[in-house]
Amino acid sequence: MVQLIKPKPHLIATPTPTSTIPVSARTIATESQKDTRKYSWRVLRKNVPWMLMAAPAVVWIFIFSYIPMAGLLIALKDYRNNLGFFGSKWVGLRNFTYLFATKAAREITFNTLFMNFVFILTLLIASLTVAVLIFQIHTHYLARLYQSALFLPYFISYVIVAAFVFAFLSTNDGLVNRTLINLGLDKIQWYSEAGYWRPILTLVNLWKGVGFWSIVYFAGILAINPEFYEAAKVDGASGWHLTIHVTLPLLMPLIVINVLLSIGRIFYADFGLFYQVPRDQGLLYATTNVLDTYVFRALKTTGDIGMASAAGFYQAIVGFLLVLGSNLIVRRIDPDKSLF
Amino acid sequence: MLRTHTKGGFRARTKLGQFAVHLILAVIGVTCIIPLVLIISSSFSEESDIATYGYSLIPRHFTTFAYQYILKVPSQIIQSYGVTIFVTVVGSITALLLMSLLAYTLSRPNFIFRKQLSFYVFFTMLFSGGLVPWYIWLSQGLQIKDSIWSLILPYLVVPWYVLLLRTYFAQLPEEVLESARVEGAGELRIFIQIVVPLSTPALATVGLFCILMFWNDWYLALLFINTAKLQPLQYMLYTILTNAQAMAANPMSTGIRMPISTVRMAMAVLATGPAVLAFLTVQRYFIRGITLGAIK
Repeated sequence: MVQLIKPKPHLIATPTPTSTIPVSARTIATESQKDTRKYSWRVLRKNVPWMLMAAPAVVWIFIFSYIPMAGLLIALKDYRNNLGFFGSKWVGLRNFTYLFATKAAREITFNTLFMNFVFILTLLIASLTVAVLIFQIHTHYLARLYQSALFLPYFISYVIVAAFVFAFLSTNDGLVNRTLINLGLDKIQWYSEAGYWRPILTLVNLWKGVGFWSIVYFAGILAINPEFYEAAKVDGASGWHLTIHVTLPLLMPLIVINVLLSIGRIFYADFGLFYQVPRDQGLLYATTNVLDTYVFRALKTTGDIGMASAAGFYQAIVGFLLVLGSNLIVRRIDPDKSLF
Repeated sequence: MLRTHTKGGFRARTKLGQFAVHLILAVIGVTCIIPLVLIISSSFSEESDIATYGYSLIPRHFTTFAYQYILKVPSQIIQSYGVTIFVTVVGSITALLLMSLLAYTLSRPNFIFRKQLSFYVFFTMLFSGGLVPWYIWLSQGLQIKDSIWSLILPYLVVPWYVLLLRTYFAQLPEEVLESARVEGAGELRIFIQIVVPLSTPALATVGLFCILMFWNDWYLALLFINTAKLQPLQYMLYTILTNAQAMAANPMSTGIRMPISTVRMAMAVLATGPAVLAFLTVQRYFIRGITLGAIK
């Protein structure tokens, strides 16, 4: 897929035949020929510093991104640490046959797709609501304070998130169970009941992301030409009518593009959320095991490189097709927003 | 008459509406902050209170015991602070340098390989080899496992930030750069003396994103670090949060009985504090930065 760098044809100087044209013109022609040469030399001199400036990052990208891409072929090998990539035997699709024979394959695919789908939907609704609300009062000095409060969770690492989720849900000392007891209810074993974790993770994801996305949509609302609102007000619209009939339709392109780009990433789960927050509890895997955590555990915990690489390959290919598809649609709507 | 009446009514309704909007936003805002309050409160609580009454949002008996306990034998936490600070400083500066130089080249309309180079860079946003080959290559090929470089090198170029910087650099007035070129300034000099000072908002945004990325990272340590000496702050916290045994085995726990619950939370405060402070002082840049990426 990687295109090799090749020079553009229009930068190669094309000599013009000079013998058939009059002398006066000939001198001009040689002049211009000299100019072209000078031009291409200048172009090169101009481009070399740029190439040198980009070089360190280009080398980095080759080492840290492109070489591992080639390494995807590990999935077709019986990889052994002592034999290395080239020494290990080719085994065809054996790793995939094993992977898709397990119950886990269906589980992780479903969990990844389903949870990401729920995340996209809940985040969209919540952040749009917040953006519209902030817009109602955005000239007020408190607006900035609300934005900061909502944005803060975005910068809290999942290690810390896991710590306070534990303080909320710990069986004996957790705030939630203590409250339940005070209300005369039974405590809940949060960390051994997989069923609770879809809503819990959805809430945590919402908590972490709503500030970021509401700022994105708020910026989108601010970019709407005020004349639209004026015109609608003249027509007698107010409050919610303005939101529904002016803000939302004009925001639609931005919404569609962001949703499409999120759908493009639907095969990639947030590793920190699914690994740290449920504290890697085996009892919760039924709802919390996703592609990324599965690959990680197969690689680091059980050391099953065959399974890990097969699942990784599966994720890379399906994920790539989804990203490609969503970006193709985005490009049709707004070429500027597309990745390619 | 009637008109002023309705106008007055409308205003009253909007006032009520405004109040409702403030109320909803305040509730959401408080919900976002409460978890952090819980952590801070627990860190200033007495261990016995947590054992008896559970975690609570206000300490029953205020005490700084957990902090005193940590700071009494601070070897591991100071070591981890050192690792995190080193990684954050070296990582952020290098990353910002590499990415802005690349972004500058990509933003030059006359650069002859602009298209090819853009494809080369941004293709990595579409497709990646995934964890397994990447991990094997880094640990066995490049042999950076269990070294400080494994916490820095893998994060040096983030295509999304390159995109952000390129978009910003592309908006700079070309005439200014061209006049510097006419006066004989080289590209590197133009970049350092003209482009960098003109791009403070974008560089600050990406720089701060980098700082938080390195400061908050536990993932690379989870993958590559085995030596306690090299544990960054977040990863050390992770090991403490996951197993109490790690703490019991820690030299810190000799002497008085270890107040595990409160110490955990105090560690969380110490690890997050600087990041939160950094966020609060410069959050305006972040908001502008995101807007920059969202609306080109």
